[in-house]
Amino acid sequence: MLMDRYNIWQKIGIYAAILVFLTFILLPFVEMFRTSLSPMSHLFHSPYEFWTTEFSFQAYHDMWIKVPLLGRYILNSIYVATMVTVLTMIFVIPAAYAYARLEFPFKSISLGAFLAVNMFTGAVLLIPLYRVMQTLSLLNTYWSMIIPGVAFLIPTGIWLLRGYLEKIPRELEEAAFVDGASRIYTLRRVVLPLAVPGLIVVGVSVFIGAYAQQYLFAITFNQVREYQPLAAGLFEFIGYQSVEWNQMMAAALTGILPVIIVFLFLQKYLVAGLTAGAVKE
Amino acid sequence: MTETSLPAKARRRGLSEAWFAWALIFPAVAFIGVIVAWPLLETIRLSFTNADMNSESWVGLSNYQKLLGSTKFFTIIGLTFYWMVLSVSLKLIVGLIGATLLSAAVPGRALFRMLIMPPWVIPIAIGCIGWLWVYNGQFGIVSGMAQRFGLLSGPFEFLAYKNSAFYSCIITDVWVGTPMVSLFFLAAMQGVSRDLYEAAWVDGAGRWYRFRRITIPQIMPVIVSMALLSAIWTFNSFDIIWILTQGGPRGGTTTMIIDTYKTAIGNFKFGEGSARAVAIVILLGLFSLLYLTLLNRVNKFYGVK
Repeated sequence: MLMDRYNIWQKIGIYAAILVFLTFILLPFVEMFRTSLSPMSHLFHSPYEFWTTEFSFQAYHDMWIKVPLLGRYILNSIYVATMVTVLTMIFVIPAAYAYARLEFPFKSISLGAFLAVNMFTGAVLLIPLYRVMQTLSLLNTYWSMIIPGVAFLIPTGIWLLRGYLEKIPRELEEAAFVDGASRIYTLRRVVLPLAVPGLIVVGVSVFIGAYAQQYLFAITFNQVREYQPLAAGLFEFIGYQSVEWNQMMAAALTGILPVIIVFLFLQKYLVAGLTAGAVKE
Repeated sequence: MTETSLPAKARRRGLSEAWFAWALIFPAVAFIGVIVAWPLLETIRLSFTNADMNSESWVGLSNYQKLLGSTKFFTIIGLTFYWMVLSVSLKLIVGLIGATLLSAAVPGRALFRMLIMPPWVIPIAIGCIGWLWVYNGQFGIVSGMAQRFGLLSGPFEFLAYKNSAFYSCIITDVWVGTPMVSLFFLAAMQGVSRDLYEAAWVDGAGRWYRFRRITIPQIMPVIVSMALLSAIWTFNSFDIIWILTQGGPRGGTTTMIIDTYKTAIGNFKFGEGSARAVAIVILLGLFSLLYLTLLNRVNKFYGVK
């Protein structure tokens, strides 16, 4: 379109600015990758040298030997995040539907209370939460990381999904009612199938939240090495006599790779999907 | 019958609307009740005790008196708000610039949108490990390159000095938060009707004018809600500071949440830690209330609903 046309200088300016922006975003990853390829002797070389001819993938081989449970940590991370996502969605879907469609007493107050939960991240409530986990004898199990994760993601999930469900035309539900369908049937067979794109976006957002924030609960509620997620397990590379930085970076990059790839594919839907939840009319 | 409720015929069948609604919400309420509300009440109760690992007894307001009497605590509050305001402003500004750049109609846009995702989707702790290395004085890229170009005469440990450690943590926090802010702004920008831009363009409005007078007002609701959410998350941001500096050096990066964690989990002073947690909740509550009230005023002033 004519309106969107840029002259050559504007184009150069835009690309230059994008380059600066992406450099900031990707700098740590580039640095991690470079470190993972470098032999330790080069990393500790002084004066500083950016480039070397000795780059190799040796660290990607050695890391499995140095920390034998690495594969387990990577799977743990994905397992915990998946469980959190599934459980959160089970709580979020009915509640979001109620807030989107139904009229009931204390509606806005209870929704406000849900959103206020955002103020109490896990770190604030850690002490009694520890005791709750102890009482339910969940310390040192997967559940000690899953359950708090679910609780703190429910409010955002409800808020996002509600925005979605409000966009679904009401007439379809009314038609189902007129045909004699029950409420539950309508929710299951009419609303949910229509809400699939929204469910995907909310589910992915919840997964991101669950995957990104495992560190605190893992280091506080779980001492069993076999259950540790990647974020906590990586610190095993530190704490021996020396820190194998190149292996640590190699392990970090390998661990996040599967998830990154999935998100790169989902990115298109995410950007489009967030609109519906975030912007209301 | 109000416009929002379902047809009367449907309402008569089965549960009443209110009961049905509460039945749908109940599981979520019950879950949060056990995992969030009960611990919250417990935190308040513990803040009036001197609980530690083994014992606890009622000490009344003494934890709070101790806090209010310590100048160190007020320094920490000041630092926390400075941390929040600076970091959130940067996230919003960088996020807005990023979203604008990524919405520019240039070839390669789809690729650029993908490339900003990683800091958001990976575990925060792993991103921090990367930054830990970037900030390293001997081997990190920033110090190393600065020496190469003659900006620094020797290695500089960014995390070893109060000021540089604080601003290093800010940069990492902005790095973690910006992709999400950018994507939300980008999504909002795509929701703005093209007709508005075309009408303005036909009238001869330039790019900057269209950005200022159409884009910004149209996405204002998202900016406003993102600012509040981001402020709350930043205030309670734990992983980043804990991994980079553990609150040091000499308290230079000790925000309220780090102070709470150190007191309660590090030193097992559950009572004193709880009092600090309650202080966080009160301050954040007041902040949100003030923010929403001001917002309401501004909206009324401009006649926005």
